[in-house]
Amino acid sequence: MIKKDAGLLVLILVVGAVVATINPLFISPINMANTANLIGLFGIFSIGQAFVIITGGIELSVGSVIALLGVLFVDLLVNYAVPWPLALLLMLALGMAIGLAHGLLVTRLHLQPFIVTLCGLLIYRGAARFYTADATAGFVFGVSFPNLEWLATGRAFGVPHSLIALIVIACVMWVVLHRSVFGRYLYAVGKNEEAARYSGIRTTRVIVASYVICGALTAISAIFFAMYTRSISPSSHGNFYELYAIAASVLGGFSLRGGEGSIVGVVLGTILLQILQNLVNLLGIPSSLNFAVMGSVILIGVLADTQFAAFRKRRAGLLAR
Amino acid sequence: MYPGVVALDGVSLAIGAGEVVGLVGENGAGKSTLMNVLGGVSAPTSGAIHVDGMERASLSVAGASAAGIAFVHQELSLFDNLDAAANAFIGREPLYGGPLKLIDRAMLRDLARPYFDALGVDFAPETLVGELSIAQRQLLEIAKALSLNARLVIMDEPTSSLTLAETGRLMRVIADLKAKGVSVIFISHRLNELAQCADRVVVLRDGVLVGELAKAEITHAHMIRMMIGRDLKALYTEPAAPPGEAVLEIVDARTQAYPERPVCLSLRRGEILGLAGLVGAGRTELARAIFGIDRLRGGSLTLDGAPIDVASPRDAIALGIFLAPEDRKRCGLLLDDSICENILLGNLAHYAAGGLVQDARARENAERQKARLGIRAPDVGVDVNALSGGNQQKVVLAKWLTMRPRVLICDEPTRGVDVGAKNEIYAMLRALADAGVAILMISSDMEEVIGVSDKIAVMHEGAISGLLERSAFSEQSVLRLAVGQAAN
Repeated sequence: MIKKDAGLLVLILVVGAVVATINPLFISPINMANTANLIGLFGIFSIGQAFVIITGGIELSVGSVIALLGVLFVDLLVNYAVPWPLALLLMLALGMAIGLAHGLLVTRLHLQPFIVTLCGLLIYRGAARFYTADATAGFVFGVSFPNLEWLATGRAFGVPHSLIALIVIACVMWVVLHRSVFGRYLYAVGKNEEAARYSGIRTTRVIVASYVICGALTAISAIFFAMYTRSISPSSHGNFYELYAIAASVLGGFSLRGGEGSIVGVVLGTILLQILQNLVNLLGIPSSLNFAVMGSVILIGVLADTQFAAFRKRRAGLLAR
Repeated sequence: MYPGVVALDGVSLAIGAGEVVGLVGENGAGKSTLMNVLGGVSAPTSGAIHVDGMERASLSVAGASAAGIAFVHQELSLFDNLDAAANAFIGREPLYGGPLKLIDRAMLRDLARPYFDALGVDFAPETLVGELSIAQRQLLEIAKALSLNARLVIMDEPTSSLTLAETGRLMRVIADLKAKGVSVIFISHRLNELAQCADRVVVLRDGVLVGELAKAEITHAHMIRMMIGRDLKALYTEPAAPPGEAVLEIVDARTQAYPERPVCLSLRRGEILGLAGLVGAGRTELARAIFGIDRLRGGSLTLDGAPIDVASPRDAIALGIFLAPEDRKRCGLLLDDSICENILLGNLAHYAAGGLVQDARARENAERQKARLGIRAPDVGVDVNALSGGNQQKVVLAKWLTMRPRVLICDEPTRGVDVGAKNEIYAMLRALADAGVAILMISSDMEEVIGVSDKIAVMHEGAISGLLERSAFSEQSVLRLAVGQAAN
């Protein structure tokens, strides 16, 4: 596990070094802060996704939830003059409620996570578009929320607050996943749900909890995104974000079968993805190739990982002989 | 296959046409490796294989089946979503003519039926394999091997999940094969069966062929001494004290499998109660209901005289009622997790402070359990899937022993476990009983039920057909009750 993370870190450093040599703009403070901000934004919901993937599930509605919560949040602030802390709590509650609904559909009604969350993806996107009548939701010129803006888009010592939020969340979630009893239960459920049940684990609760955690983290990043973009076009805001999260998890060593993966892995996966995005811009690669570059790197990364694993196994075999 | 281990060391074995050769040895003795060499799965580093006098350095999988060697695997290799007939003829389906090459399903069933009839199976060729019991699947595997018209059939513990009646049918099938000139290699942990069907028995120990017994010499004592190099003590050990008061009372319990047949049983402190019966008699369902996997359809449970409600395994565990399930790999273990995680999984909260697991303390306890139960592994960080069946079962038991069991239900505790580890498990059950635990041991292994239990309850079609005291134990008495005849 740790070996895998180290490998990913080396890859990130190598890619970073190559990009920096070709285009020194990469390590300019402005670019670094920008990339760090994006890492923070994408990392938060990717950790949520990771919790669901650990249990062997998947959450496809992340992008649509980010769009729906985004338009609702902006609407509450701008058109209903709801105090922003209250709006924030409401969005958090709504995100968790969505997670709860998904979790209950998966565990109580025995629907497959892919299907439940695919329907969610369609429903929430539709709801967001209907709510604003497909119009862009944004902050009216002149209205400002200085405290909220400082919290969501400000910087401390040049570090974007979104990245700080990611670091705090990652630390808390690291403890939850890797040190707590609940974390062990998550892995156990992902590895063998039946055996976990026979060991007295309330598997239903564990799985539902993973979706609720995902919903909460998605809500937090929805607010960061809303404040970052400041205007939300409900038909495109957050499109494909669930795939970024899944890609980050896979790069970080998660198995979609469940029971494998680490917080460090998914954070490193997010960092690599964002550097790749950045690299496309800085190296003058046509931006239409953006997704193709990402896809190729993920494919190569996963291939290399399986080949390395096979190699290590063979070598272990030879040494033992 | 097993890095750093010489799995087989200069083993020579010749099998004549129409000969039934028994192969015995403890787990890890090299039986599977020898069979893999014959099946073309692994190649020997030295030596040769002669098929009808033709020498070959090794066989490929295709070469093995072309030479007429067929396997009945212990680990079943069937497709749940196909029916029985389609499984038997997988890859060899009869096709309609024409460009689409559609499968002729009627023909498929007609082809499969005679093989099924020969085994006397109780399921139709169109039954989905997913709906078959383990025993039925085993029979299907055998039917599949028969349908290949093999000249050498290798059966790896074919009877480990068969009932006595099914085993009897298999014995007749083996006799038929023999009469047709087909050779059989029969691997079994059940020595009775070898005595019944084998022409000779070869014994492997630590990768070496340690001996061969001719038909007349095939006896338990001979085989066991060769297998483990020492005599087994008599199976039964007297309890330290006479059984105490009832711990768990099962009153008119009705389960999903037989909702019309209430069961009453009483488990007493310090007693090992054997629960015998044919596969499908409702024993596993009863165990699952007591442990809270399924809800009881009716009736009640009392623990130490107080009524209890068990809605989930968690409730059962909180009350000290534990189950070591029949299907160890599916229900009992996280196979790709460490021994430590597996042992502590049910009890993690006790090794935690403020919701955080205290790894050092947890690991220390797991190491203690490992030493106490004699789990053979370098340390508790080893993944469970690297262990033998016996050691895996010990891990399942260790999980419960870290807590205070009051009632322990073991469903087929020694399935797929070698003779040495079996005895360790029996000794462990006895020690637990002597420490005051009430034990319910569900077993289809006659030797085990009679050799280990203090008392035997026999189930037949969902109801208890009789209780036997130790003085009345015999294969006949158990069997009679198991098929539903009243005790005399």
